[in-house]
Amino acid sequence: MLRQFFILSCLFLSTVAFAQQHKHDHGHKHDGHEHNQHDGHDHSGHNHDGHSGHDHSGHDHSGHAHSDSGDGHDGHGHEEHKNNFVTDCGTPAQPHHHHGYDPTGTAIHHISDANVYTIMDMVRIPLPAIIYNKTRGLEFFSTGKFGAGHHDNGHYGYKDYVLYQGNIHRITCADFQGSDHYDVQGFDTAMIKAKEGKDIEKRYAIVNGKGYLLEQKTIWDAGLLGGGPSNFIDLSPTKNVVSMILVSLLLFLGFRSAAKAYTTRAGEAPSGIQAYLEPMFQYIRDDVAIPFLGDKHEKFLPLLMTIFFFILGLNLWGQVPFLGSVNVTGSLTVTAIMAIIVFIVTTINGNADYWKHILWPPDTPLFVKIILIPVEIMGMFIKPLTLMLRLAGNISAGHIAILSFVGLIFIFGKAGASLGGSLTGTALAIPLTLFMMAIELIVAFVQAFVFTILTASYLGAATEEHHDHH
Amino acid sequence: MIFLAGFAPFQPTPGLALWSLVIFCLFWWLMSKYAFKPMMEGLKTREDNIKNALAEADKAREEMANLKAENETILAQAREERAAMLKEAKEAKANIISEAKDKAKEDAQRIMTSAKLEIDNEKKAALTEVKNKVGLMATELAEKIIKKELAASPEHNSFVNKLVDELNLN
Repeated sequence: MLRQFFILSCLFLSTVAFAQQHKHDHGHKHDGHEHNQHDGHDHSGHNHDGHSGHDHSGHDHSGHAHSDSGDGHDGHGHEEHKNNFVTDCGTPAQPHHHHGYDPTGTAIHHISDANVYTIMDMVRIPLPAIIYNKTRGLEFFSTGKFGAGHHDNGHYGYKDYVLYQGNIHRITCADFQGSDHYDVQGFDTAMIKAKEGKDIEKRYAIVNGKGYLLEQKTIWDAGLLGGGPSNFIDLSPTKNVVSMILVSLLLFLGFRSAAKAYTTRAGEAPSGIQAYLEPMFQYIRDDVAIPFLGDKHEKFLPLLMTIFFFILGLNLWGQVPFLGSVNVTGSLTVTAIMAIIVFIVTTINGNADYWKHILWPPDTPLFVKIILIPVEIMGMFIKPLTLMLRLAGNISAGHIAILSFVGLIFIFGKAGASLGGSLTGTALAIPLTLFMMAIELIVAFVQAFVFTILTASYLGAATEEHHDHH
Repeated sequence: MIFLAGFAPFQPTPGLALWSLVIFCLFWWLMSKYAFKPMMEGLKTREDNIKNALAEADKAREEMANLKAENETILAQAREERAAMLKEAKEAKANIISEAKDKAKEDAQRIMTSAKLEIDNEKKAALTEVKNKVGLMATELAEKIIKKELAASPEHNSFVNKLVDELNLN
């Protein structure tokens, strides 16, 4: 009861803080003339990026063409302008701000990987950046150099890198002169209709009143999801990577102390952390590993346990409020790696029976074989593919649902302009978010369990001994 | 597709792929070596111990049951023995008593017989003595009578003696 109350109050405070934060951001961006008075509340106070001495609001579009129009309108009477990027490099442009609340964009931004570890859009922990640049080779620096602000957009640039929505982008324009520290006035996007009928979003950074096309980091999606190879590969330990390391370490420490207890307190009843981990361990062993793998379960048990606790730990880590709502297991890259490992282990351990069933299914007539063989071969690859998609989809969907409910505050509160609306939104968001969080807690366990049990079943099918077919 | 195009969590990035591969494999190795295997062994040892303890308890129970059965047979035997002994003792007692009775009877008979015999003998002796005395007394009496009457004749003496002999007291 006390804990529920605690969660409720935390949630309320966080939502109010969200609203306040939003209000501040929109507030001080349009009153460029008075920004010195905002030193107390603007990002610099919360930023842990080594640039706290700087006043970020100074880099906003204040002082430019329409700085006067912001005052008194609280941002909403703001005259909309649209940059028309005639060329990709050097088109004169002005920083453009979307004043409305964009739920889709916000949700996707919050569940995406980033080069800064942002907690509640307030605390921004800079992470190391490791970039492989095709012209300059490996480069190391801290993302603190970008001075990330609202929406994790960097206020500064480093060399030809800028930070847009938490991710490092590169300006590849030949006429662009970067330095170790320069101001980035803002970012803008333009939708381009491509020949194949796909809409491509072009992103621009505005530096010195000119727009420069941004190139995003290399994405291995063969162009299917709007990515592709680019001129640099980001090898940085991102938010997801840091979370993985932290969760792995926590799990390792927990399990290490539990494992030690078996020798130090041998013969005694389990206690402490051992008593928490042992039932889960035994559950996976007795209800997942042994039913599918039988006598061979001891060989594969470490992998199954690793998968289960890695996924569970990261699922739960992503759901703890105020830890950045990291979406590691909802990231296709991470689930793909796990699925590939499962695929490799299954394939290596497949016995003669397994391959025979795929390549020449016994006890079937020839015409059935002709249909069955391609299906079986495809099945080999579809199995890990479904593992990968199921986990990523479920966890991402959960995060989106929670973010959407929190987003009600901004939708009702007109992006922080109306306090009454914000309160209504908060009143709505609290029960919905609590409900969703409860569901997600179940999903965290279920998805970890499903991934593990399917892995066990694939391994079981690959190593099963067939004695007789009748 | 527009939605997916902007859906960054589903865009596979080389950096994250590399890091997750390294972290997962390292985690797998570390956990296997330092956590899962010791846990597996510890659990197995404990389960074996419990299994053994249960088996031993079963065995002990069985032994107890055997012991109990044995005790019971021993007890039954003892009871039987006791009954037999009691029976024997009873028989012995009866024998002893009957023997004693017989012996006593015999003794009594024997005593009675000897007593009778003695009495008879005594009686006979007493009668003989009485006969003798009476003979003597008769002889003396006759002597005196004859002396007085006939002066002593040997014919008279033998005649008297013959008379005395005929005088059977029986």
